[in-house]
Amino acid sequence: MEEKRIDFYPTHRHGEFKLRPGRPFPYGATLVPGGVNFSVMSRSATACTLVLFEKGENQPLAEIPFPDSFRIGNVWCMVVFDLDAEGIEYGYRMDGPFNPQSGHRFDRNVVLLDPCAKAISGRDVWGREPDWSRPFPHRGRLVFEDFDWEDDRPLELPLEDLVIYEMHVRGFTRHPSSGARHPGTFAAIREKIPYLKDLGVNCVELMPIYEFDEFENSRRHPETGQMLYNYWGYSTVGFFAPKTGFAATGRLGMQVDELKTLVKELHRQGLEVMLDVVFNHTAEGNEKGPTISFRGLDNQTYYMLTPEGYYYNFSGCGNTLNCNNPIVRNMVLDCLRYWASEYHIDGFRFDLAAILGRDPSGAPLPNPPLLESIAYDPILGKCKLIAEAWDAGGLYQVGSFPAYGRWAEWNGKYRDDLRKWLKGEPGLAAAVAQRVQGSPDLYGWNGRGPTASIDFITCHDGFTLYDLVAYDGKHNEANGEGNRDGSDDNNSWNCGCEGESADPDVNALRRRQIKNAWALLMLSHGVPMVLSGDEMGHTQRGNNNAYCQDSEISWIDWDRLEHNPDLHRFARAMTAFRHAHPVLRSRDHVRNQDFVGSGLADITWHGTQAWKPDWSGSSRALAWMLCGRHAKGGTVQDNTLYAAASTYWEPLDFELPRPPEGRAWHVAVNTGMPSPEDIFAPGQEPRLENQSRFLVGPRSVVVLIAK
Amino acid sequence: MAFNVDLVMKGSEAHLTLSGELDAVSAGALKGTVETAAGNNPTKLIMHMQNLSFMASAGLRVLIFAKQKMGEQVGITLIGCQAPVRSTLEMSGFHRSVYLQDAE
Repeated sequence: MEEKRIDFYPTHRHGEFKLRPGRPFPYGATLVPGGVNFSVMSRSATACTLVLFEKGENQPLAEIPFPDSFRIGNVWCMVVFDLDAEGIEYGYRMDGPFNPQSGHRFDRNVVLLDPCAKAISGRDVWGREPDWSRPFPHRGRLVFEDFDWEDDRPLELPLEDLVIYEMHVRGFTRHPSSGARHPGTFAAIREKIPYLKDLGVNCVELMPIYEFDEFENSRRHPETGQMLYNYWGYSTVGFFAPKTGFAATGRLGMQVDELKTLVKELHRQGLEVMLDVVFNHTAEGNEKGPTISFRGLDNQTYYMLTPEGYYYNFSGCGNTLNCNNPIVRNMVLDCLRYWASEYHIDGFRFDLAAILGRDPSGAPLPNPPLLESIAYDPILGKCKLIAEAWDAGGLYQVGSFPAYGRWAEWNGKYRDDLRKWLKGEPGLAAAVAQRVQGSPDLYGWNGRGPTASIDFITCHDGFTLYDLVAYDGKHNEANGEGNRDGSDDNNSWNCGCEGESADPDVNALRRRQIKNAWALLMLSHGVPMVLSGDEMGHTQRGNNNAYCQDSEISWIDWDRLEHNPDLHRFARAMTAFRHAHPVLRSRDHVRNQDFVGSGLADITWHGTQAWKPDWSGSSRALAWMLCGRHAKGGTVQDNTLYAAASTYWEPLDFELPRPPEGRAWHVAVNTGMPSPEDIFAPGQEPRLENQSRFLVGPRSVVVLIAK
Repeated sequence: MAFNVDLVMKGSEAHLTLSGELDAVSAGALKGTVETAAGNNPTKLIMHMQNLSFMASAGLRVLIFAKQKMGEQVGITLIGCQAPVRSTLEMSGFHRSVYLQDAE
């Protein structure tokens, strides 16, 4: 009986509080029999005080200095008995030098958030104007680890079989048209699981859900008066705590339960959960920013500092987390392990991950310890690891990110080449050929395989798919920065009219282009990622940087499903097509040879003439054939598929290669045809009358299936 | 309104009748009663919630405790939850672990 252990009786007192020396591990606040173990680290602090608040109170309930004998090395640890775990908030005061030049910014007037706090109060309801006079708004809360997971565990779906759906937790259901009972929350996503399952995606990638402050740099638009928030949340306040304001139960302090319930339910329905994590910087900004946690705990350890003590800014957000400092490295690892084990998270996408490979002075490391440690960590051993392989300091590592056999990358080149191809730029055939076979030019040289490539055409950052074909340029006026923010390098094409159009030809072309994009993405080797809402033609009205838009610009308008049923139908059927054909989901790159004796190489290339691809600088046509007997390295049988893509503005007559002996070509997909003849359900594909030629319509994608 | 909980065993069923407001302070009393009920090795735990007007997260924690204390084979039924209590259960997802039943 744990509660009767002799080593868990109080040995000290502070006023009415009973204490005993704590344990250094785990860092943070942990419930132990009869009390709470508080443990916090600082290399340069000279003393530490635990500050306890009753929930929501401005003045502390108590301040308990850690006795000297409670410090082990640089760690202060203490058990406080008989605390009301439900009603307590906590923080720390740290004593130490204030000497920015040497990297120290201690200030005992500030109550600091525990960097390991597992729940954080202060922004309990999204967008509720804070009481700005409240001191130390972000406070740690205690978390019970009694969630009933039943038999749940991460799904461990093969990476090549994933279709990733990137979403913003709030934006996904905040719009009144979502019909969700608790719009904009974790609970509301749960209501939409049947929709996601029906669409065919099997992994949701949640944009940042670590606690952040939507009021960071919040402001009103100078002309419209609209409130602008830190909506995306790429600015972490606490790495171990879910965003309280994303939980319908946040005001009750039950965000942990609500998120775990969502993960469990997604798993039950066959969907994995990936988190977009931001370890490159924090919400404290540069020297002018607020002191919330790290700066006051151990500035010199947590941040990359110039020799003069200023903050390096490789993130573009004011500071840079000192990821390859051994202490910070351990914190990042502990954090990932915590989410993998305690929340059953299936994988992580690392924002501006190139920063994770820089040394404390900012220089790129050839063998970054943090990336290696993550790759080899046993607890993370089955987690998907995805890097956004660049940073704001100019380090671009697509194709060269240190992978250790584990890391995949957001393939920025896939996005750029596919966009250029779609808009009709000539001479892209060779590049697109690389992209659709999983970018062996990027990932083949070191044996990483197509699953190193997260293929995407759109993501949260930039145009939505609809806007990609409806706008030539960005329209970010609503962000209040004179349209100067956001990328100018969009590779978009408006199909003849900027923005909404009444021209039926323009609209028909846009629909076709959206289908072309979805088709090419689902046909490509690698791991497809789609942006939430693209399947129904979600528009941000040309805004390509909706980071501050908690508004109809960013919220998914579910009425688009009714307006664009053909887009949704196509997206759903094309995704199903990918799942139905293992020949599209290879773990290894194609070899351009016949290694199963089928008489056909695993992949062959064609153009308007069979067996003669046009790699010239003026080419706008490309076709390829995937031999079904080579599916999954020849271990499973599939149909042979032939895909033809044309971005030419007139129809092109494609000569077809002969289908395998005894089989005939059937039409599975033809984006040149209006719905419902743009895509056919399995078994419903019409047989092609002329087996040797196919007239591919202007700017269209055709997929034939041999059976 | 003060919290109150009564335990009655009806055969192998443990019936708990809750009333008032279940907050962090009163959760301890419920936890004690659940432990007493568990000591009788019931096959079912029936909680009559009609007169419970409020449940803080501490109350939910006791339900989780009950579920884990009794084991999977003991079904927990909550009868007649008022709207705010039901909403809390649904938002947090705990309604999937128990049976919710309308009052007769």
